[in-house]
Amino acid sequence: MTSYLSVRDLVVHFPTIDGIVKATDGLSYEVERGKTLGIVGESGSGKSVSSSAILGLHRGTNAKVSGEILLDGDDLLQLNDEQMRQHRGSDVAMIFQDPLSAMHPYYTVGNQIAEAYLVHNRVGKKAARARAIEMLDRVGIPQPDRRVDDYPHQFSGGMRQRAMIAMGLINNPGLLIADEPTTALDVTVQAQILDLLQDLQREFNSAIIIITHDLGVVAEMADDVLVMYAGRAVEYGPCKEILTHPEMPYTWGLLSSVPDLSADTNAKLIPIRGNPPSLLSPPPGCAFNPRCDHRDKVPGDLCTTQVPDLTTARSGGNHVKRCHLANPDEVYATEVLPEIAPDLAKETP
Amino acid sequence: MFAYVVRRCFTGVIMLIVMSFVTYFLFFASPIDPGRFACGKSCPPALIKQTDKALGFDKPWPVQWKDFAIGVVKGRDYPEDPALRKSAPELISHCPAPCLGYSQVNLINVTTELKDKIPISVSLALVAFVMWIIGGISLGAVAALTKGSIIDRGVVGTSLVFYAFPTFWMGLFLIEFPAIKWGLVQVPSYTSIADGGVWGWLSNLFLPGLTLALFYMAGYVRITRAFVLESMSEDYLRTAKAKGLAPRKILFKHTMRAALTPIVTLAGLDLAGLLGGAIITEQVFNFNGLGKLAVDSTQTFDLPTVVGLVLLLAAFVIVANIIVDILYAVIDPRVRVG
Repeated sequence: MTSYLSVRDLVVHFPTIDGIVKATDGLSYEVERGKTLGIVGESGSGKSVSSSAILGLHRGTNAKVSGEILLDGDDLLQLNDEQMRQHRGSDVAMIFQDPLSAMHPYYTVGNQIAEAYLVHNRVGKKAARARAIEMLDRVGIPQPDRRVDDYPHQFSGGMRQRAMIAMGLINNPGLLIADEPTTALDVTVQAQILDLLQDLQREFNSAIIIITHDLGVVAEMADDVLVMYAGRAVEYGPCKEILTHPEMPYTWGLLSSVPDLSADTNAKLIPIRGNPPSLLSPPPGCAFNPRCDHRDKVPGDLCTTQVPDLTTARSGGNHVKRCHLANPDEVYATEVLPEIAPDLAKETP
Repeated sequence: MFAYVVRRCFTGVIMLIVMSFVTYFLFFASPIDPGRFACGKSCPPALIKQTDKALGFDKPWPVQWKDFAIGVVKGRDYPEDPALRKSAPELISHCPAPCLGYSQVNLINVTTELKDKIPISVSLALVAFVMWIIGGISLGAVAALTKGSIIDRGVVGTSLVFYAFPTFWMGLFLIEFPAIKWGLVQVPSYTSIADGGVWGWLSNLFLPGLTLALFYMAGYVRITRAFVLESMSEDYLRTAKAKGLAPRKILFKHTMRAALTPIVTLAGLDLAGLLGGAIITEQVFNFNGLGKLAVDSTQTFDLPTVVGLVLLLAAFVIVANIIVDILYAVIDPRVRVG
């Protein structure tokens, strides 16, 4: 029994004159219908690139994509362009970060939403328009029968993202990929959009992949979390596990960078030092080693010579991590947690 | 939208008035005595004076400009002399509105003169325009879609080669080889639709139109290629692709529509400029249009004709600008509200 979406050993490489950019290197994950996978990581960690590969958006470019992307048992990478096109927007839909630039400025919102319906259904323009109004109503646009003829610039940011969601869900896709859907929106609107996505997920029973760098979004939405670093999964498991018992120093870094609203307002944020690595020539060994504070706890030069395998975490279950540390759970509990959440560390001795 | 058009037309008229004022000023800044040219080489000063008076050149130039402006609106008489009108009305020639002056070289009202030439230049400009727009945009789109390939380089390179050839060379080449030596087409001479029917009109415009089109096309190939490539990297094209649209639909509905705005700007101004006459091409093909008239009237110091031509060309450019601005609003909904 395989999951609805099962990505196995996905590789996306971009050959350039300077060498091969390894945007995604051996990525595997699964998503069930009705479940949400959160993919987190810094900019340039391969989150968007790997998800675009599911839709085949790299076709026609010079990208080299290999591995397996099984959607309901079909390997999407084996399909020809026309077969892939049939899947786009019908089984797999994607919504993007900035809804203003993601919508064509010269066509009405209704036209663009109806277009998505017309491609995959044998219906007339009138029926498609009626369906577009229905979807706009469903995503909470007031007076949808009038707003359907508005242009994107006449919508507010939140309404545009709602319209994008309506466009994505109009064909009732089994999988919705949301690429940083709330990044360009203000905080109150973010919460509304996330609630909407959850409501719709319950209604349509679709699988959702939500790409974000906001751990708050992950905590609210995701059932599973995949942490990516330099094109690879560095930690993957159930959301609760990852947020409470993270075993990879990069995940610790991400958690440390979240501002704590209950703490002293003058408290400094704790960023991860250094910059994300170049995907053209990533550091040897564990790609995170130059930025890692816990390298000295690993005997020898393992961190700089050998890429750690994805191994089952100490907490067990489906939780896997990519780290050479022998006792990451102890290091986290004794060194990291007291620093980022002293209250929490005291409660759990 | 209607108020906008009215406002634009109003400012257009004001611009034309200013243009005519400036042209008139330059007219009198030149060291040319129009009366002397009208009268002939060995003309006694008394006769020059009389000619000046008959044509109104004896008055100060602001007054002359006023007479000119009144002539455009109401028409005027030459000479403007109430006494003569009573004694010998047969000596007075009337220039009906819109009167742009009287050409003392060609002995004809400038308005009548322009009216005869406009169809020739406009036909030529339109035929060339259609050819270069169709050719330029489709080739530019092909080049963008095959970016970096041999086809792309071939299209861009060839269009540049045609751009590099001067129009007089291209015109002479087209007359000499396809028309005279190979006999593929007849040597063109302008035939109006009334005389030769639509086919006769079109077939005679083919070679001169092609000469101009080959020259203008290069710019359109490049600008179309550049803007299609630019709009292909827009986020909304990724959205269109993610919706599962067919590549053909993405190209024609989403990409080309976005690339159209800059092309419309360029096309409007190029067409307006060309409507005022293609000077070299008309000379080469011996088409008696506005361009040829401009050259001839400059060489013969036929200042009233030059003034008329300048104003006509200015009017074409102003009208084209208004049309381009209206087209913007049609193409880009964001322009409509703001």
